[in-house]
Amino acid sequence: MTKPALQLTTPSDREAVITRVVDAPRALVFDAYTQPGLVQRWLLGPPGWTMPVCEIDLRVGGAYRYEWRSDDGQTMGLGGIFKEIVRPARLVATQVFDQDWTGGETIVATEIVERNGKSTITTTIRFASREARDAALQTGMTTGMEAGYERLERLLKETARG
Amino acid sequence: MTAARRSVYYHTVMKPQGYNLDATFAALADPTRRAILARLATGEATVNELAEPFAMSQPAVSKHLKVLERAGLITRGREAQRRPRRLEPRPLAEATDWIERYRKIWEANYQRLDALLREMKSAQRKAVDALVTEGKPRPRKRKQK
Repeated sequence: MTKPALQLTTPSDREAVITRVVDAPRALVFDAYTQPGLVQRWLLGPPGWTMPVCEIDLRVGGAYRYEWRSDDGQTMGLGGIFKEIVRPARLVATQVFDQDWTGGETIVATEIVERNGKSTITTTIRFASREARDAALQTGMTTGMEAGYERLERLLKETARG
Repeated sequence: MTAARRSVYYHTVMKPQGYNLDATFAALADPTRRAILARLATGEATVNELAEPFAMSQPAVSKHLKVLERAGLITRGREAQRRPRRLEPRPLAEATDWIERYRKIWEANYQRLDALLREMKSAQRKAVDALVTEGKPRPRKRKQK
C-alpha cells in the first residue's frame, strides 16, 4: 500500500496544519493518542529520543505532561490542559513547551475522520496571537510552508542544477 | 533553563544555524514575494520587468524587493542603470532544509504510529478470536464405530 504523504500547510497567520492518513479505524487512533503507554511508543521525534514521562488526565480540564530524553541526556518537555474531548473524533488541548518556543500557549486540535477503515488525522496548531505566532517564527517553528512553496522549491532545485 | 541546557533538539531541529530564518520565513509568507522569487529563479530581472506580470506599481514592487533583499533572498546587480535583481539560492535552501527536517520528524512519528496501529489491530483481532473460540462448544471426539 502506498501511504499518502504527510501534508504541512499554513492556512492562516495563526495556524499550522499537519495532515496524515493511517490505515486503522479511528477508535484505535484515538487510543494511540490518549493512552500513555501507547503514546510513548510513537511520539518520539528525532532518532535517539525516548519519552520517559507521559501523563494524561483525559477529561476536560485535565492536564497532560510529556517529557523526552535523548541518548546523550538532553531533555525536552511540554504540557497543557484538555479543552475538548470527543472520543474518537476530536481532541483539543492547550500546549506549551518548557522552553516556550511557540511564544506562549498554543491550541492544538486533533481531528480524526474515518473512511473505509482508514483514518485521516488533522492536527491544527493555533497560536494565541499574531505576536505569539511571530515569536514562534523566530524559532523557525512554522510558516512559509504553503502549497505554493513546494513549487518554488522545485524551481529552485532546477536553478541550482542549471 | 539555561541556554547551555537547551536541547540538541532545539539546535538541530527547531533552529538551524546560519541564515536568519525568521527573516527568510517572514519574507516568504507573502504570495507576491514568492511569485517574484519564482520569476527570479528563471533569471535576473529589473524592477520594471518584475512589476509587469504582477500588475503592480513600481514602488509596490520595490517594497517587496526590499523585504526580499533584507532577508538575503535576492541581491542587486552592479549595472548602474538597470540594477537587475537576482536570486540568492542559499538562504532559501536553508529554509527548505528546515522544513524537510520538520517533515521528516513528523513522518518518523507517524511511521511509528503506523506500526503501533498494526499491532493494535492484530491484538484486537486475536482478542475477538479468543472470545469466539471460548464461546464455542469444544469439538467432541468422534465415537469410533
